[in-house]
Amino acid sequence: MSAPELGLAAARALADRHRVKWWEALPWLAGIAVFFLLPSYLAFSTQLVIVILFALSLDLVMGYAGIVTLGHAAFFGAGAYTVGMLAAHAGWNEPLSGLVAAAVVAGAIGLASGYVLLRTQGLTLLMLTLCTMALLEESANMGHEYTGSFDGMPGLQFLPILGLFPFDLLYYRSQYVYALVVLFVCFVVVRMLVYSPFGQSLTGIRENVLRMHAVGAPVRARLVIVYAISAAIAGVAGALFTQANAYVNLATLGLDRAAGVLIILILGGYGRLYGAFVGAIAYMVLEHALAKAYPTTWQLGVGLMLIAVALYARNGILGIADALRQRVRAWSGR
Amino acid sequence: MDLISIALGGLAAGMVLFIVSVGLSVTMGLMGFVNLAHGGFAMLGGYVIVHTMKAWGLPFFAALAIGFAAIAALSVLLERLLYARLYRASELDQVLFTIGLVFVMIASITLGFGPETQTVVLPEWLRGQTDLGFIKYRTYSLAIIAAGTLLMVALWLGFERTRIGAKIRAAVDNRRMAESLGVDVGRLFTLTFALGGGLAAVGAGLGAEILGLDPQYPLRYLVYFLIVVAVGGMGRVTGVFFAAALIGIADFVLKIHFPKGGTMFIYALTLVLLLWRPQGLFGRRAG
Repeated sequence: MSAPELGLAAARALADRHRVKWWEALPWLAGIAVFFLLPSYLAFSTQLVIVILFALSLDLVMGYAGIVTLGHAAFFGAGAYTVGMLAAHAGWNEPLSGLVAAAVVAGAIGLASGYVLLRTQGLTLLMLTLCTMALLEESANMGHEYTGSFDGMPGLQFLPILGLFPFDLLYYRSQYVYALVVLFVCFVVVRMLVYSPFGQSLTGIRENVLRMHAVGAPVRARLVIVYAISAAIAGVAGALFTQANAYVNLATLGLDRAAGVLIILILGGYGRLYGAFVGAIAYMVLEHALAKAYPTTWQLGVGLMLIAVALYARNGILGIADALRQRVRAWSGR
Repeated sequence: MDLISIALGGLAAGMVLFIVSVGLSVTMGLMGFVNLAHGGFAMLGGYVIVHTMKAWGLPFFAALAIGFAAIAALSVLLERLLYARLYRASELDQVLFTIGLVFVMIASITLGFGPETQTVVLPEWLRGQTDLGFIKYRTYSLAIIAAGTLLMVALWLGFERTRIGAKIRAAVDNRRMAESLGVDVGRLFTLTFALGGGLAAVGAGLGAEILGLDPQYPLRYLVYFLIVVAVGGMGRVTGVFFAAALIGIADFVLKIHFPKGGTMFIYALTLVLLLWRPQGLFGRRAG
């Protein structure tokens, strides 16, 4: 190709990248296939879908806007506790409106904390997000009457979804479909968001914040807004967790969960929507299989995988796929 | 328990934090490398110290020296073989790598020694109590406070009064300018990484009485190490010292006076300090 042709091809790729590609149907077809082919794994798959949604919310702030946070479980936990406390103390057991309430509460916490914290960056921001999450966790630990402290709130009751499909705690059939549909809706929202002008300005902030200031973009306002949106989606993931499992405990708010979702997203590849899917599946399936086979030393295998991906892949597992595709293209083009 | 003895207990814990985290502060300041595996080096060192004492019957101080040397050597090895490849990578790749390394360290130690807590047998003269005139206090805690203070003075002299120290300070403040002037920052980094790893090992051995020592050590105290570095200011030895003392004492005093609040106060304190001074109490603004 000559230089102008290459330029044209690049321009076309840029103009077309928001269009839906055929392979984007694959994760959803796989999700439906799991329901019919692996009925005994639906409990595990439900947790997997919830983690994917949580990682997707993190991708929005970390992958697209470049905000590195170690406290995203604050919003997951806020959503989880909102639904749990509404069900236990206020008799608000309707699941769909519960999701909305969780999104509102988590989003409000995201807006408030983002407004205060997002003027910093690097290690300072990392520690500030972590401390915010730890404060929420300790509040949940101290408010025994409302949150049940360390034991959390077991045995919560929720009404059937849409009044038709009751939650079943044995086979997770309705939970799985419910979680998958919620993930799909949130995914469509996130996808539209990242390809919108708003999403483009976020990528600009990530790539070169000085230039975005120079062209007059309202950098901090954009960051705070995307932080709040991401927090709301994380809250929905947390609410799904509580509803699907019928309990909520302190682990929803902890550093383990926050660090885990960070690892999952980096492992899959951040800033590319599907990294959340690939990372969650790779990490959770490996962890599940190894923990079953080697209960004491499963961390060895997971650790080696993380080291290998960090050393040999740039930007996670999907980064490897990119490199392979380029190699194939270079080979076939010759 | 009166206030002075509580403060002394907190100070001893703070000194352990200082000895373990000071290397992390300098290496993060030099390269901006997010080394979440730092506590892992400390834990490995603690195991070396405990088991050379058990297996070979070495005295406490000889074991500390061996722990320092072993982990310093291991640090150089890992730095040259693995860390060096990731200097130009994004900080998220560095996070992934160092977390993976922590997992491998935890699993290897669990495989080799089991999940139990290890105990250090202290020499006779470090047990019991010492009369300070106004108060009687545990000899060992006083010894740790003395060791931490001595180390701070030694590191301060090394940083402020030697040529290498001046190079490190220059590289922390402005790495590109220091490199333009002919400072080999890569070599400085290897050196400080080894020193930091060795000190972390000594800190884990000395602090096993206070913080405990088991395979989950690197993750359990990671947040404390990071808080101390962030509050002290990256690459600031004296900053880390005062931050560690402050966090140690505050944690101890508040936990005893408000047992219900648990660790809440430390996080609240860190939040307020970092909002007030985002570069840390002793850090300088970049550029």
